[in-house]
Amino acid sequence: MRVVRALGLLCAAALLASCAPPQSTNSPSGADETTGTLRVWLFTEVNQEAKETVVEQAVAEFEAAHEGVTVDVQYIPVESRAERFQAAFNDPASAPDVAEFGNTDLAGYVEAGGLADIRADLEAWDEYADMDPGLAVSTVVEGGNYALPWYVGVRALYYRTDVFDELGLEPPATLDELAGTAEEIRAERPELLGISTGGAYTYAFLPFLWAHGGELAEAQGTHFASAIDSAASVEGITAYTDLLTEEICPPQTCAEMTGNDSVQQFIAGDAAMTIGGDFNRLAVDESEVAGDYAVVPLPGTEAGSTAPAFAGGNNLGVLAGTERRTLAVEFLRLLGGKEYQRRMFDAMGNLPTFTDVQAEAAEAEPAIEPFVATLEAGTRFVPATGAWTAIDAQAVLPSMLQRVAGGQATVDEAAAEAAGRMDDAFDGR
Amino acid sequence: MTATPVAAAAPGPGRTGGTPSAGRARGRLEPWIYLAPALLVLAGLMGYPLYQLVNVSFFDYRQPQVTGAEPLEFTGLDNYARLLGDPEFWTVLGNTAVFAGGCVLATLLVGVLLAVLATRLHPWVRTALFLAALGAWATPAVTGSAVWLFLFDPTLGLVNQVLSGLGLSGFEGHSWTYGKWSAFGLVGAEVVWCSFPLVMVTVYAGILAIPQEVLEAARLDGASAPRLVWHVMLPILRPVITTVTILSIIWDVKIFTQIYVMTGGGGIAGQNLVLNVYGYQQAFAANQYGLGSAIGVVMTLLLLGTTLVYLRALRRTGEEL
Repeated sequence: MRVVRALGLLCAAALLASCAPPQSTNSPSGADETTGTLRVWLFTEVNQEAKETVVEQAVAEFEAAHEGVTVDVQYIPVESRAERFQAAFNDPASAPDVAEFGNTDLAGYVEAGGLADIRADLEAWDEYADMDPGLAVSTVVEGGNYALPWYVGVRALYYRTDVFDELGLEPPATLDELAGTAEEIRAERPELLGISTGGAYTYAFLPFLWAHGGELAEAQGTHFASAIDSAASVEGITAYTDLLTEEICPPQTCAEMTGNDSVQQFIAGDAAMTIGGDFNRLAVDESEVAGDYAVVPLPGTEAGSTAPAFAGGNNLGVLAGTERRTLAVEFLRLLGGKEYQRRMFDAMGNLPTFTDVQAEAAEAEPAIEPFVATLEAGTRFVPATGAWTAIDAQAVLPSMLQRVAGGQATVDEAAAEAAGRMDDAFDGR
Repeated sequence: MTATPVAAAAPGPGRTGGTPSAGRARGRLEPWIYLAPALLVLAGLMGYPLYQLVNVSFFDYRQPQVTGAEPLEFTGLDNYARLLGDPEFWTVLGNTAVFAGGCVLATLLVGVLLAVLATRLHPWVRTALFLAALGAWATPAVTGSAVWLFLFDPTLGLVNQVLSGLGLSGFEGHSWTYGKWSAFGLVGAEVVWCSFPLVMVTVYAGILAIPQEVLEAARLDGASAPRLVWHVMLPILRPVITTVTILSIIWDVKIFTQIYVMTGGGGIAGQNLVLNVYGYQQAFAANQYGLGSAIGVVMTLLLLGTTLVYLRALRRTGEEL
């Protein structure tokens, strides 16, 4: 009973207390110093050494050009980025001036007031004219431009040339054909998945949605409203979930699969096709299917078209609390500029974000040609709002796909439910 | 812990106290003085976080509010209203109740049966049993979950390979985490595996502590073996079993790691969400700290309520006996 009374007291105290939960203030300092230490956060990589070498060149060049400036680069792990960035926004004193971050995180960071608007700085920069327009849009939130796209990741269709040759098949020219081809392969070779793609693989699903004219959400001014239950969207969902059936990719195996799982099945030689990124290429080349595969852009609904791909990738941005704004922008232009994007591509294979640099890269390395072609066909992005973080975290789209694949709901029911949950997130509920 | 030496000195002032009334006053105050250090630590380490948890649950508190980009808004019971009005919450609550209930029963059953078995085994067999159990107990939850998941992997897992090797071809490529209850069963088995050792060791110690004279006296009076267990040993073991039951309830309602790791954060379409994972998802993945706190408060109240009801029910039956 004492516990209950104590708890009651606690509740009463909480209600009466005028002290609200803690809040930090991170208003811009207003200072713009031209000397001192410029702090930079970049993500750690699997092939860290290659990245560090290129970054060190940029730092040396920058320090030589700016007397009295030292650049302090810290590498942070991708997995703990949420805590790191939240902490940086809460306490500007321990925050960097320039940071690398994933483009899907951008809107959330902007909403938290963590990033500086660098629209004017980018517009005044001649190299920016060649920026891939699809990627440029992904950095815009409510009219402000909050980052420079640094490198990009897109997905295309991987297929097994040996299997296709043996069965006398051609790579599919439309999404409908893709389903037919996948079914045919599994009928002939039941040990293979027709196409390995998963219920939790959002970025494989999005091209199907967009190719059929569907949308995730529609912007109404600064507000978003879900469009996942529109007629066109439902067509796209149907096209994708039709792959998650016994005849192509059995839900028992595929409903739970994420992007990595899907590519893993292809690497293990258990699938005739998969949707994989340019960043998966090295892993496939090191597997037993190396030499027996090819990549083409994922086709659209009509022959000759390409399904709009999701433009994933990393950005460079300037933090709102910086005390060296001019220096920060200059360093961002150097490291994110054409010359260093070229060097990053040579060292790491990261796809550049400038269209002319992309074309050069495709010429130098034919294997990335299908990915560059996918980029050129036009990419799309998720709604530019912090609510996307919530929608992503609550697995709204995977749940929708999995409920359809598992036969627990019809496409219409699942889409309506997902639309409701998305609208809740857009409304901050 | 620190209270023990102090408590040993306790009878002193009580016995030599001055006037009766002063003695009574001091007597009432005395326990609190001894408790003070522990209470202070508790207030700091539990009271304050609990206070902030309740406090945050009354606000619209998301990342923009934490960083001060948007003003704080006191929303009263809004978070709670939203939670109770969400059908998903009730599904998750039902999942949690069934899953935790099953885990508690299975843990107690396995633990008690093995404890009884342990009293009848050869010492070296018993040692082996205890070592195996302690190994399971000492395994970190994340490691245990990962190992179990690997054992039950659809294609590479040992279990499916053995089952299909025995001629049960239906288990070839069978996914144990696809069905809702199959997934809960698998996670539940892992939970029982890593939590029965405590029950076993505690009950085993309890059985050893039963005075032999009592058992002998009962046998002399002609008590049959079942009667001996039911009417002599169980009542003596009651405090021990009560303790492990309450601990099991608290642990199993709060299960997080196993569900998070084994079902990939809540299973297909969130079918395996339990309260703790749901709360984490809302608070930290979706940055809805206010709503997540409300879930935390609801869970705390539920656990306190369950424990109190259970304790009262036990005391009542205890009085009747």
